[in-house]
Amino acid sequence: MDDLLSEFLTETAESLDVVDIELVRFESSPDDKATLNNIFRLVHTIKGTCGFIGLPRLESIAHAGETLLGKFRDGALDVTPEAVTLVLASIDRIKSILAHLSDTQAEPAGDDRDLIAQLEDAAEGGLQSKLPPPVVAKIEAPPAAIEQGDDNGRWDADQGRYLRPGEVSLAELEAAFRSVDGPEVREAKPVAVAAAEHEEDRKAGPGASTIRVNVDVLESMMTMVSELVLTRNQLMQMLRATADSQFKTPLQRLSGITAELQDCVMKTRMQPIGSAWKKLPRIVRDAGQDLTKKIDLVMEGEATELDRQVLELIKDPLTHMIRNSCDHGVETPADRIAAGKGETGTIKLRAYHEGGHIIIEVSDDGAGLKTDRIRAKALEKNVIDAAEAMSMTDAQIHRLIFAPGFSTAAKVTNISGRGVGMDVVKTNVELIGGTIDLKSRQGAGTTFIIKIPLTLAIISALIVGVGEHRFAMPQLSVLELVRAGKRCEHKIETINATRVLRLRDRLLPLVALSDVLNLIDDRGEPDHACIVVMQVGDTRFGLIVDEVFDTEEIVVKPLAKRLGSMSEYSGATILGDGAVIMILDPNGVAKSVSGAERAISRAADEAAAASALAAAKAEGERTSLLLFSAGSPEPRACPLSLVTRLEELDASSFEVTSRGHVVQYRGRLMPLAAAGGSIRREGKQPILVFSQGDSVIGLAVDTILDIVEDRLDIELNDTAPGILGTAVLKGRSTEIMDVGHYLGQADPAWAAAAAQLETRRARKRVLLVDAHPFFRNMLAPMVTAAGYDVTVAADLQEARGRIAQDAAFDVVLADTDITDPDALAGISNARIVPLSSRRDTEAVPKSDRHALLDAIERAVRHKDYALGEAA
Amino acid sequence: MSTQEFVTFRICDQMFGVSVSEIHDVFRPSAMTPVPLSGPEIAGVLNLRGRIVTAIDARSRLGLPISTKSTTSQRLAIGVERHGESFGLIIDEIGEVVRLEESELEQNPVNLDATWSSVSRGVYRLEDRLLVIMDVDRMLAGAGAEDTAAAA
Repeated sequence: MDDLLSEFLTETAESLDVVDIELVRFESSPDDKATLNNIFRLVHTIKGTCGFIGLPRLESIAHAGETLLGKFRDGALDVTPEAVTLVLASIDRIKSILAHLSDTQAEPAGDDRDLIAQLEDAAEGGLQSKLPPPVVAKIEAPPAAIEQGDDNGRWDADQGRYLRPGEVSLAELEAAFRSVDGPEVREAKPVAVAAAEHEEDRKAGPGASTIRVNVDVLESMMTMVSELVLTRNQLMQMLRATADSQFKTPLQRLSGITAELQDCVMKTRMQPIGSAWKKLPRIVRDAGQDLTKKIDLVMEGEATELDRQVLELIKDPLTHMIRNSCDHGVETPADRIAAGKGETGTIKLRAYHEGGHIIIEVSDDGAGLKTDRIRAKALEKNVIDAAEAMSMTDAQIHRLIFAPGFSTAAKVTNISGRGVGMDVVKTNVELIGGTIDLKSRQGAGTTFIIKIPLTLAIISALIVGVGEHRFAMPQLSVLELVRAGKRCEHKIETINATRVLRLRDRLLPLVALSDVLNLIDDRGEPDHACIVVMQVGDTRFGLIVDEVFDTEEIVVKPLAKRLGSMSEYSGATILGDGAVIMILDPNGVAKSVSGAERAISRAADEAAAASALAAAKAEGERTSLLLFSAGSPEPRACPLSLVTRLEELDASSFEVTSRGHVVQYRGRLMPLAAAGGSIRREGKQPILVFSQGDSVIGLAVDTILDIVEDRLDIELNDTAPGILGTAVLKGRSTEIMDVGHYLGQADPAWAAAAAQLETRRARKRVLLVDAHPFFRNMLAPMVTAAGYDVTVAADLQEARGRIAQDAAFDVVLADTDITDPDALAGISNARIVPLSSRRDTEAVPKSDRHALLDAIERAVRHKDYALGEAA
Repeated sequence: MSTQEFVTFRICDQMFGVSVSEIHDVFRPSAMTPVPLSGPEIAGVLNLRGRIVTAIDARSRLGLPISTKSTTSQRLAIGVERHGESFGLIIDEIGEVVRLEESELEQNPVNLDATWSSVSRGVYRLEDRLLVIMDVDRMLAGAGAEDTAAAA
């Protein structure tokens, strides 16, 4: 490419980036003359250069843009978002022409009449109907001039050439000048502006302190310095081996200089992260306009430097995240005010150094992640299964947004939400050896934390050994080192030949590096081993190695393509002793672990879930409830345990009989009842299927909303039939359905059977004798929930008292840990069910809900039978 | 009549030739680091004057018995540069440089083993033996690339 043209392209691209930022800043503070002057000067320069090189299309756009900006500068026009949008649009047009230029070295065909006309119209005050266009505006080409012109513009006799679009002939210009009645006003302003421009120039300082250097030169410099560092390391190693050497002093000096040189060259590659942020204010502004949200972008730590290679790679993920924050994070002004926040949302971008890494935080003060929606979405998209959904913590649920193919955006906007969202961001960040995490508080906002290495060229690595082999492991993913062995505090244990380690309060899945790499290990189980505890994404695991040598700064060398296909390695490096070793890729290693890890974490999760459930029981029975809507917009609920299946049936298959709607379902007729609304005639109809004994019944609802687990405190109300009462579920008042009522409508036999079951249970009375308040609290609500009347006694004496007061107990649940059940046998004719907190006795274990309820049921039947016999 | 210079070398009992211009250098592979999980023909990686060289065992690549020489350092490697990457092809013995007529190159005999014919450009009939001209690209590309090369 022509040197002049390539220079122009580079320079103009830089200028345009600045213009973008400045314009957004200018829009928010239209009084800032310095900003406006800067914009004006840059656009003016672009125009001038275009004219010089001979790029008429660019020149005319820049000219029209400059005219409009000139109006702002002279105070002739007020700055409006529409006008700024227009200027930004012209900047975009210039950019697209530039892109074409750099590809083909020629301006693309076509013209920009539309845009120029708009710009001129704006300059004439077309966007500001309230203000009459000032007289000075008249000096610009009247719109008519443009409409008359053909492709080559009009002929201007004074200049001896055709006019360019947007240009005015000399004669017209002079006429315009003559028509202006106040020339002194015209003259005063440019002087002031010129002074301001000079001031700006002085602020920018002399330009000679920086020079442009080709990136390739820097790259090759970096490579050579890397080699130098390696050679230095080799020399130093040799020096250590010899006791006394005349080379010692000069070598140490060489070593020092090399380190400094390395630093310097690294610095040349360093760029402030702010250069990757340049486009963001514009993106936030545009997103804000598109979404009609008010968003401020606050940037902190723009000067934080990092390697330009890393910088390039982080640009796109950052842009995507900012868009995401605009779209999903910050709420609409109305929602914000409703939530008691200011109308304008803030997205904060922050960068800082932390121990050889750079941390970038993207935070918003929006609504925070909607845990339930993510959970539901993850279930729907099969990212997790139902058991996982129940046992995962909120933070774990939040991290699901990084799962591939996951997007919770209710509607797809052009800002984000095309389903290729955060997983791509995560992949890109991990590609450069970084990590990403997030924190979210409902209603308070979300913070994403990206941790990336300063540079990719030199990384800090842990050198580990397995048998004869040595490998380098990037320090970033290493959390800690644990020594395990027979004589150590930590021991490696096995579950079905899967190795695990008890580390503090959790089980750490282990994998041997020799297994990952398929190395032949015939030395048997070693006495001791080192465990490198690693964190890769969500996976935490221990890597068993024989030895851990040292940490070393290593220069990452790419692998030959023939080897590059192996995911276990990310490169190779040369150590100080000259040996080549392979660099392990934590992600690749983690993959071979995940199978084992999943099984272990599942087991751990189940244990945690079980204990959580027990805890929940202690504080009161929690019930899983199915939320749906039927007939009214308010959610309704019924206990999930009652529902056999959820179905979506084709309404066209419904048949109407004398007893109401029926549908063929699983080879038999199923009566249908409408829960509030009406049964649809066409399309899909969501159905809750209930079954009892042999009969099946379907309840038609409008939509199935959610499944929640909550304490069910029903406030009874008897106003509406079919409603048991209302309960507060997830902060919303929810009507709890009396399922039996609706089902009775559809199938009277059902109601009869249910009533029979209900009466049989409700009349039975149970006395629970248990010394532990914990078990009394846990068992009593549980037995009550199963339909019995429960009375509680703490010890034998109290139990006797209760029986004496009211002997009509059907069943006595007696804790064998504190009482001898036989002691109660004589007093009451109730059936005694022995209970125990242990599982190894004949008594019914307290922890087994089903066994306990079964035992009560059996006892009741037995007693009824005995009574029947007696009668 | 155009002639070309070939470096000759021996793998097992067979003499091979490679155009002089293709060979970067000849070196003794020392301190080779094996690469677990890699294919059998990858002998390892090694440091050659600050560059990381991927060493390929020619015997293994050609399906010949593994060398009886206990350490690779007793063997020789010819260095080749391909697409900015450095490779070392481990051979048994290096021979002299011969100048041969291009027109005398004969096509591979049709009954030649598939692996061999894929890496052979043709054969020269020398006075006392046959010289197989090696296609270095295919030799380096690995066993998997053969089918695609044949298909193309």
